[in-house]
Amino acid sequence: MNYLENRKYVIQAIFLAVGVVYALRLFYIQVVDSSYKQAAETNAIKTVIQYPFRGLIYDRNGDLLVQNTPVYDLMIVPKEARNIDTLRLAQMLDIPLEDARERFKKARAYSWVKPSIFQQMLSTQDFAHIQDNLIDFPGFYINARTARGYPHQSLGHALGYIAEISPKQLEDTSYQGYRPGDYIGKAGIEMAYEKYLMGKRGVKYKMVNVRGIDKGSFKDGAYDTLSIAGQNMVSTIDLDLQAYGEHLMNGAKGSVVAIEPKTGEILAYISAPFYDPNLFTGKDYGKNYMELLQDPDKTMFNRPIMADQNPPGSIFKLTQALIALEEGVINPRTTYACNKSLVNCHPHPSPLDLYGAVQHSCNPWFFQAYKALINQGKSKNTFTDTSLGLKDWREHVLTFGFGKKLGIDISGEKSGIIASTDLYDRVYGKNRWKYSTIYSLSIGQGELGVTPLQMANFMAIIANKGYYVTPHLIRSIGDDGKPLAENYERHYTSVKPHHYEPIIEGMAEVVRAGTARRANLEKVGIVVCGKTGTAQNPQGPDHAVFVAFAPKDDPKIAIAVYVEHGKWGGQSAAPIAGLMIEKYLTDTVTMKLQEKWVLSREYLNIKSK
Amino acid sequence: MPATGHRVIGGKIVQPSSRRQSTSVFGNLDWFTVLIYFVLVALGWMNIYAVVYSPDNVVNIFSFDINSGKQLVWIGTGVILMIVLLVVDNKVYEHLAYPIYGAIILLLLFTLAVANPVAGSRSWLDLGGGIRLQPAELAKFATALAISKFLSNVSLRQQKMKDQMILAAITFLPAVIIILQNETGSALVFGAFILAFFREGMSPLILIIGGSAAAIFILTLLVPKLYLLIGIAALMGLAMFLDYRLMRRFKTMIALFVLVVGMVFSVDYFVNDILQPHQQNRIKALINPEADPLGYGWNVTQSKIAIGSGGFWGKGFLEGTQTKFDFVPEQSTDFIFCTIGEEHGWVGSTILIALFLLLMMRIVFLAERQKSVFGRTYGYCVVSVIFFHFVINVGMTIGLAPVVGIPLPFFSYGGSSLWSFTILLFILLAIDANRNRELVR
Repeated sequence: MNYLENRKYVIQAIFLAVGVVYALRLFYIQVVDSSYKQAAETNAIKTVIQYPFRGLIYDRNGDLLVQNTPVYDLMIVPKEARNIDTLRLAQMLDIPLEDARERFKKARAYSWVKPSIFQQMLSTQDFAHIQDNLIDFPGFYINARTARGYPHQSLGHALGYIAEISPKQLEDTSYQGYRPGDYIGKAGIEMAYEKYLMGKRGVKYKMVNVRGIDKGSFKDGAYDTLSIAGQNMVSTIDLDLQAYGEHLMNGAKGSVVAIEPKTGEILAYISAPFYDPNLFTGKDYGKNYMELLQDPDKTMFNRPIMADQNPPGSIFKLTQALIALEEGVINPRTTYACNKSLVNCHPHPSPLDLYGAVQHSCNPWFFQAYKALINQGKSKNTFTDTSLGLKDWREHVLTFGFGKKLGIDISGEKSGIIASTDLYDRVYGKNRWKYSTIYSLSIGQGELGVTPLQMANFMAIIANKGYYVTPHLIRSIGDDGKPLAENYERHYTSVKPHHYEPIIEGMAEVVRAGTARRANLEKVGIVVCGKTGTAQNPQGPDHAVFVAFAPKDDPKIAIAVYVEHGKWGGQSAAPIAGLMIEKYLTDTVTMKLQEKWVLSREYLNIKSK
Repeated sequence: MPATGHRVIGGKIVQPSSRRQSTSVFGNLDWFTVLIYFVLVALGWMNIYAVVYSPDNVVNIFSFDINSGKQLVWIGTGVILMIVLLVVDNKVYEHLAYPIYGAIILLLLFTLAVANPVAGSRSWLDLGGGIRLQPAELAKFATALAISKFLSNVSLRQQKMKDQMILAAITFLPAVIIILQNETGSALVFGAFILAFFREGMSPLILIIGGSAAAIFILTLLVPKLYLLIGIAALMGLAMFLDYRLMRRFKTMIALFVLVVGMVFSVDYFVNDILQPHQQNRIKALINPEADPLGYGWNVTQSKIAIGSGGFWGKGFLEGTQTKFDFVPEQSTDFIFCTIGEEHGWVGSTILIALFLLLMMRIVFLAERQKSVFGRTYGYCVVSVIFFHFVINVGMTIGLAPVVGIPLPFFSYGGSSLWSFTILLFILLAIDANRNRELVR
């Protein structure tokens, strides 16, 4: 058996041979092979996440609303960062020396060999300035990516912004696939359409040298996966109109919402004070954001969809008249006297029919019409009768999109308030309130809250004689330009189309010879229908409201202008609406006097009554 | 125990074999092997931690939420297991070799019948409480015991066809069941016993033919068939030209060549028509990772990038970048070697290879010093299994072996694997510690 014992040497030789072959192979892979050698010198083949280009957003005329601009992150690899002149670095980046030291410490604590961000989002100019000096700072290199950019200063509130995903979102399973440091839409369109805009990430294996300079792709990119760009979209916004509206609202507080009635497409969306969306890109994003958040004028408050605490005022008289017509308690020729003992009014001819009541916004007329609507004698008990009347009335009102979220395609929308029997039962007790308790509803005061978006939508309803399309900011996604079906559904009110005719006639008179003559565009051949309003404000001067649509016969634009502390709709809000309507319909502005008046802001200084 | 100088075993009085000989199994234990075992297990544990380590979210290495914490439990229970294996009367291993083997075969069949498929494999037995067992792992030591028992039979005639058939049946029965369980990787391990057979007298021709067949198999996939056959014909012609004795066996050579042609074509048919797609991919990925860059080629490529980026010295413990973030799949189990390669570089990788070589050489040494054929054969069986795992596992991470899902012994994460190798090795150490008692008997 001795010859068999020698076989152990054969077996051991096999072991040894395999060991040697493996060690040599490893030596080849790890030390010799050129493609891995590059990686060995620079610590790693960098796996570069290929961030897809976020989708672009265009306005309705094809002008660019949102684009991508290059920004540069200054990265540091602490292991390679030896003998750094910290003072010079701080001067170069224009940051305090303390900050620079702090950032070094943070980077070291994170990892000795892995890159971390030293300075975020340098602009192209900053980058050009730093690039030449970078040679003196080993271990620092530049990582280029894109940020959002805007070729204009408008529409901040509707567009929203993108920012780094929060730790809370990362834990949320609905954000699967995001990694720390990823950018995500945080508000407005950027947030609502995130899944279309973001695209799909790719991975690229790149060889880079110590300075982070690209040395080509690893193995000619055989293992790279391409990123897929996000989808471009077309907004309903008219950037020219938007910019002009912001020009007019500059310095004021309030909202302007303009809608194309037939389509529900939002043409202008202004929340004043507004901000330049470019503030939320670039390295000062955090600072700018905090400043805006804390500013006393509440710039970040998205007024058109969030300001729902204020009553609509006289514009609500139109709603009341429409419902009263539908219920058959009045007709266009119904006449009431201006009885100031019921509710106060201002001087005007009396008595009036429906047209006149709308034109002169007669308070006692609507007091009486609303009483006829609420107390129809369905019950002998006046308390029960009022309760029944209010219930029916409320159902009508809700079909106008009041008291509920309209469903605009950005988040944060408020529903507003419409008085209900439950509310009064809670406050006064069941059967302990009647018409004299709630009459202020008749003139749009009291337990009512309406957002500017709902006001504009209301104008679209009258323009369409009975229906609205949910107001929205995005028309189409992708390159086919096909409108999103879900954004174009019609919602009908409970009031029949022919009842709208007398209201529209009355509204034309308001502008021609009533409270809103400053919105008159007859000179350029446009008949504007409108209604002014004043929202009582216990905290200071009243808020001014003006709603309108035009042209009368083939409405192309419905608009709501809400000016905080503007006192009377006719003084401040009406001229703004008139100017914007002219701008949109004729592309020019001829009413230079009105424009001058609006820009002078004198309407804010008119002494209150 | 009273100092009587003798012990009672199985009712018989046994004299100590020698005054210098310790009576304790621990006194005779080969502590050198035990040391290598613990070094490998400890290094494996640290690397399992390195895989899950993330600087953004540092979890303690002992935490049971992560693999390293769980592995510690397996290591601890493994220690208990080894003590049991050592204190049990070592003769049970030889006496009960066949019953153990039979029981494991039944367990394998049972598993095949009742197991719920896990990722296509029907090899896991659910023991309840979240604990799962893979009987295929236990089949390794059981088969090793049975083979050793069979070969130690004095009436055995290795040249007899019948005995050869029985030996082959013992070896490949569990493998067939395991293939049916869809664990082809584990089944391949049983082919490794060929090393033990070789040591016990099997014709070297089989080893050579086996090696050549494997080479032709791989070359068939690598080189176009026509070129391959021309090359082989040329080689054979050259051999005959150089050695006139082969010239006289011209007919034999022609027959051999026809055999090779048949093999080349049947391999082609086997790989492309018989193997399942995932098995095809594993073999094809070895030949050409670019062929399937997002599938199995991905594993090999990612693994090579990770190891290659380690360089000479490595990036340092916990500083790897490629082996984190799930770029390499099965990081803790089958591809654990990547972590060594990346974080500890060529130096660390080579030290690990040296450690395995040392262990395997030591086992050969232990096997050779056994006085019984049973002990020696078992020793060779143990080293065969370890060697096979080592060759395939390390080989696949550096692109020298097909991607077969088998773990690196003592190193990879997983209870079944660690226990299986602990049992395999410590039965050998128990037999070795008592080798001198054989004389007394």
